Parts: sequence; structure tokens; C-alpha cells
Amino acid sequence: MSNILPPQMARKMYADMFRIRQFDIKVVELVDDDLIPGSCHEYCGQEAVAVGVCSALTKKDILTSTHRGHGHTLAKGGDVGKMFAELFGKSAGYNKGRGGSMHIADFSLGIFGANGIVGAGAPIACGAAHKFKAAGEPHVAVSFFGDGAINQGVVHEAMNLAAIWRLPVIFVCENNLYAMTTPLRDVTILELYERAQSYGMASTKVDGMDVGAVFDTTFSAVERARAGGGPSFIQCDTYRYFGHYSGERHMKTTYRTQQEIDEWKKRDPLDFWAERLIQGSICSAQDIERMKREVDEQIAEGVEYASQCPAPSPQDALEHMYAVNYPYTPAQGAEQ
Amino acid sequence: MRQLRFLQAMNEAYRQVMAEDESVMILGEDIRGGIRGETKGLHAAFGDDRVLDTPISEAAFTGFATGAALAGLRPIVQFQVPSLIYVAFDQLVNQAAKMRLMLGGQADLPVTYTIMVSGTRGGNAGQHSDNPYPYLVHAGFKVVCPSTAYDAKGLMIQAIREQDPVVFIASAMSLPHKGEVPEEIYTVPLGKGQVRRAGTDVTVVAVGHLVPEALAVAESLSEKRGISVEVWDPRTLLPFDRDGLLESVRKTGRVVIYDDTNRSCGYASEISAILGEHAFSSLIAPIKRITRADIPLPYNPDLEAAVLPSPMQLEQAICSVWSYSKS
Repeated sequence: MSNILPPQMARKMYADMFRIRQFDIKVVELVDDDLIPGSCHEYCGQEAVAVGVCSALTKKDILTSTHRGHGHTLAKGGDVGKMFAELFGKSAGYNKGRGGSMHIADFSLGIFGANGIVGAGAPIACGAAHKFKAAGEPHVAVSFFGDGAINQGVVHEAMNLAAIWRLPVIFVCENNLYAMTTPLRDVTILELYERAQSYGMASTKVDGMDVGAVFDTTFSAVERARAGGGPSFIQCDTYRYFGHYSGERHMKTTYRTQQEIDEWKKRDPLDFWAERLIQGSICSAQDIERMKREVDEQIAEGVEYASQCPAPSPQDALEHMYAVNYPYTPAQGAEQ
Repeated sequence: MRQLRFLQAMNEAYRQVMAEDESVMILGEDIRGGIRGETKGLHAAFGDDRVLDTPISEAAFTGFATGAALAGLRPIVQFQVPSLIYVAFDQLVNQAAKMRLMLGGQADLPVTYTIMVSGTRGGNAGQHSDNPYPYLVHAGFKVVCPSTAYDAKGLMIQAIREQDPVVFIASAMSLPHKGEVPEEIYTVPLGKGQVRRAGTDVTVVAVGHLVPEALAVAESLSEKRGISVEVWDPRTLLPFDRDGLLESVRKTGRVVIYDDTNRSCGYASEISAILGEHAFSSLIAPIKRITRADIPLPYNPDLEAAVLPSPMQLEQAICSVWSYSKS
């Protein structure tokens, strides 16, 4: 258990992780029922990373997320109903049905959006961090990316920019060991955090199944960034329980064994944290059950809200491309 | 009125907008030491936080501008040569261009991308001679392609003030152009073309640095053959001034498009398609396109000339549509 964590926050962290877990379990169901078009990338198993990191942030701090972004958005305070509405493609969704799972954003909460391109959010976070630094604002920018992104050039370019300009950026690498089906060990030499060290920034590895440890590490990085100490890199070792995306379990994939999945589940971040809360007398088993019931109600309400709100009109399909449209722009597919 | 070169007009636009609006910043490679002059004096005037020399990391500095814009700044990103945008294509096409729509309009993206020395300057071969605007129009960027110093300043100021990403094409062959430029801040609106020379027989649609060439050919044909050529400069490629184009072509009934991008899916193709759809009944002769060939520019000057659109080709095309009869 973290030494710097107020009890109230420790309890909230459990509820936040459980919300992410239940949200994405529900998502799988809804994808199967064809209520969510396309596919989603579930976050189950990695909850401690998003919650540990985001609990160390304020609303004014910003983050860039990944294709597996539901957890980041929820952990930063995203609204369950508006998220489901977006997944359903509804007008009341975060992106008015224009973005879906891979682009959910909420600028009022500093969520600059999930991203379908691996590593692409890293330089975007740096740009926002520059604004904070130049304006003398004490905010930080967090860039989430996976182990696969460590081999993207733009992530390295971004780490270099953050280092040379001492930007208040925290690079959070969620190492779930697989880039889709490709094992990390086949494509990467050295520990991931060792690469960031070569840019001269504080870089460390943390147990990504322990939300308290992730919080503590992030908290130090955030304090350093706010004090003008520049960027940090945090490698969070974690694991995804589901496939790369929602469709994967209908396929016979062999890139990881059931035994491996079961081993990681023994270190489940929710079970781990519940045990810590109870052992530390921060809450009782009943409190945990009550939190779970509340979350389940939220999820049910969110799905209900999303299914009832209206779909966007096809007549408005060209809206939001530009702040103000010029004549004939954007052009329609058929003659105007 | 005072005369400035195209590059000086750009510099004045940068200075005046940066003085007026402190959210405007500029970044790119070699901005501070800018040898061509368009960024001269900016660092001394506006300091480290607003004038950034970046490492050679096109993808990262392009994404950086996106993040800065989403956080409330108004960045200008300068690319040293046009083909460097390909290195940053994910950040341009997948991120900046798509972002506003994908976000459901949650945030504006007021970024200006200045593409220096676009097109060929002679002898720069395959990777330093592109005019990449068809790609950018296709991706949904607003694109301006000024042909005069006056438009360079006015369109630049408007580009920076737009709430959407705008690409400013600084054609290599336009940079030495000198012309009248007012000292005060002014804008040229996007999506408004201009008749550079009025005529009644043939419309020449000329893009960017080809406008002065088209004007010279028009003068010469007027003297030699008595052909009255109208030269129309779109100035903005997206949004495109369709009404302005149609007004000219409905008057003349004959059109030659003079554009230095590829023949296949180049900018002239789009203009030609618009005319086919909207001016069919006004056309007296088939549309002619004088464009670049569909290959990377060769190094040898004679080979280069053989694949670029030329005044001689333009002259022949004008004569051909002028003398065309349906018989």
C-alpha cells in the first residue's frame, strides 16, 4: 500500500478499476450483439495502469490515449453514458458518433483522444506540454502507449523533443507483452525503460498490476514535471486478459497459452487491491461489494441511456470537418 | 505603393500576426537562422517559446503543433522543402486533417503549414521538386497557393487566423516575385480566385508560379494572333472558387488548365472534372490540360524541362482550343 495515498482515494481507485473492468466486459457483449459497430480493444487486466496514472493527475492535466483507450478515458473521469453513446455511434456520444472506440475524447477533462495509430499521441502530448510550460501553467501531459509503440520512430522523436525542451510530459508505456500477436521479446532488445534513459530523462519500471505502485511512481513524475524538472518515462508491466480486439476470441489464436493467461490472472489488479484495502482496514468486504453494485448500476444506466438517445442524421454527415464551411467544401459524394 | 518580394511579404505577415496575437508561434528546421529570409528577425522579436528550431524530426514536430493547437496555441509549422511532408504524413493526414471530424468538433485545429520552395528550382531531382498540393487537398487540408507578394501576405494572415489546418504553398519560382504590398495588416479571403487578365476567347486557369508565365503567353498571343486570353488564378485550391471559375469559362467557352502537378489525379484533373460537370453546355472546345508528367523530376535540366508544363505547350493549347471547330 502506498504511503502517500489518502484512504478515500484508495477506495475510489478500486471503484474506478472495477468500472473499467465492467465497462469492457459489457463492450464485448455489445459487440457480439452487433450493437457496437466495428471492433473495440478491451482494457481488462490493465486497469491498474490507467487508474494509477490518472489518480495522480488533475482535470487540467491532459493525456493522449491509444487504440485501447477506454480505461484511460474512464480513469480520467469520462462519462459512462457518453462513452457508450459514442460506441453506439449516437449524437449524444462524446464525438457525436464520428469517432467511436478508437477516437473517444473529452476536452473538458483534458482527454485529447484515443488514437488508432500506434505511438501517434506522443508528439501531440509534447505540443500541449509546451503550451503549459510557455504559459507558466503547472499542468502536465501524459502520453500513454503500448510496448509495440517503443519501436515507432515518432515516439523516440517525441521523447527527444520532451528532453531537449524539458517539457512536462510523462511517457507511460503499458507493456502487455504483445503487439497484437507479436511477442515483445521477438521485436525488442533491452528493457523498454532503458531506451528512455538514453534521452537523459528519469525512467523506471513499475509493477503495472499494483495500482498503488503505479500511482506512487506517477506522482513523483508529475511533481518533477510541475517543478520544471522535465519529462519522465514509466514502464508499467501488465497484461491484457482478452485478445488484441473484441473479435479475437472467435478465432483460434495460439500466440499465447491459456496457462500464461491464468498465471497473470492470479495477479489480478482488482483482487490485489481489494485485498490491500481490506488488510489496511481502509474498507470492508461489504464496502467493496457496495462499490461494485454502484458501478454495475452505472454501467446498466449508461447502456440504457446510449440505446435510447437518437442517432445522428445522415444529412449531417459532413458536419464537423471544418470550423466553418466554405461553399462546396466539404464536397458531397454526388453532384452538388 | 511600396514593393516587397514574396519572401519579405511572408516575413511581414509572420511578424504582424505574431505581434497581434501572442498565441501564434512558429516552429520547424532552421527557423532562427532562416537563410532565405522569411523567418528573419522572428526569434529576436518573439523569443524562445514562440520561435522554435526543431531537430530533424518532421513527424514529431508536426504532431507537436497538433498538440499545441489543441491546447490553445496557433502554431505555424514550416517545412524546408515540400517532400519532407511525406515523412510526417501520418501526423498530417491521419491526425491533423482527420482530427476535427473524428472528435465530433470538440476542438479546433488552427495550424498553418508553410511549404517552402514548392516545385522545382531546376536541378533538384526527384526528392526536392514536388508540388504536393493534390495530396493535401485530397486529405482535406485547406490549401492556398499565392502567385503574388500581395497574396502571399494576405493569404498567410488569413491562413493563420483560420480555425482549421491550412497549407500555404510557397512556390520556389514565386519567391523572387516582387509586387505592391500594403504595410498594414490585411487579408485575402480563402476560396476567392482572381481574374489576372481579362479576355473573351479562352480562359487559362493557371496555378501558383505559373500565373506570370500564363500572363506572358496571353500577352504574346494577343499581339501575334489577336486572341483574347483571360488568365484566372484560383489562389486557394481548397476551398475552391467554383463560381469564379464558371463565370470565366461560361464567358469564353474555351479553357486550358496550366498546373505543375501530375497529369493523373493532379489538380488540373479536378478542375477539369468540375468544368465537365458544371460548364458542359458552355464549352465550345474540349478542355485542355497542360501539366507535369507522371514521373519524379529527373535531374538533367533538359529532361526536367521535358516533363514540366511549358509556356510553349500552353501557347499551342490555347491556339488549339481557339481554332477548334465542331466540324
